Amino acid sequence: MTTNFFREMENLRREIDEAFKGFSMGRILEPSFLPGIGAARFPQVNLSQDEDNLYAEVLVPGVEAKDLELTVIRGVLSLAGERKVEQPGERTWHRRERGHGKFMRTLDLPCEVDADRVVAKYDNGVLLITLPIPEQAKPKKISVKAR
Amino acid sequence: MGQKDISLSGSREMTGREQTRTIIVRPAVDIFETNDGLTLVADLPGVSKESLQIDIDQGLLTIEADAKSRLKGETRQQEFVHGNFYRQFQIPNEIATEKISAEMLNGVLTLHLPKAEAARPRRIEIN
Repeated sequence: MTTNFFREMENLRREIDEAFKGFSMGRILEPSFLPGIGAARFPQVNLSQDEDNLYAEVLVPGVEAKDLELTVIRGVLSLAGERKVEQPGERTWHRRERGHGKFMRTLDLPCEVDADRVVAKYDNGVLLITLPIPEQAKPKKISVKAR
Repeated sequence: MGQKDISLSGSREMTGREQTRTIIVRPAVDIFETNDGLTLVADLPGVSKESLQIDIDQGLLTIEADAKSRLKGETRQQEFVHGNFYRQFQIPNEIATEKISAEMLNGVLTLHLPKAEAARPRRIEIN
């Protein structure tokens, strides 16, 4: 039970950190226009964790794998890239809801990962990143011997 | 990864199956017009060709798709929910509905809606 509590507190701390970095919680009243890349919380990321790995799912539809740059350094995941306008040429816009251009996102990782063994797979516009947790960072079971 | 064409179904048969939907997401779309017709581009991340359904019935275009999460273990951070995508559009009369084609690549759907010949701007040669 205790590990879950600490994990929840850690999650909460990270959420608040992220919120102050982004648009919400007070920043929304600041006059701003087209904040620069790196300020926004895009692309969106979901994180999960099991015994062996940390997993990240990033929404980046319509981006070529060669236009994506992924780095992991000192517990921070960085993703940068660009989505170019499809079919460049003359046109009349009727509706424009999808974003284009350069993007960058940094994410504080909730636990230690082995940067050398990180694997990323891009499928159907979603980037699935598997970040292995090194042995020394895994919780160890200590057996208690009864006398 | 090449572009693949998707064949569209004309009218959909009623199935006895009832689907309970959890969260419906309207996918973001871009719509623009060129001399040839309309192009609709929709963001459907996590959707494969197999789970995508496009229907056209009496001038109403319906886009339906499912996406699933591939994450394992306990959730640590959740900024989005994989959607049950659903969105409808009214197709203008000038579109030749039988010539509509679709491509799906990297979670982006591109629909080409060509204008019927009669509606195209045409330059008349003067002899």
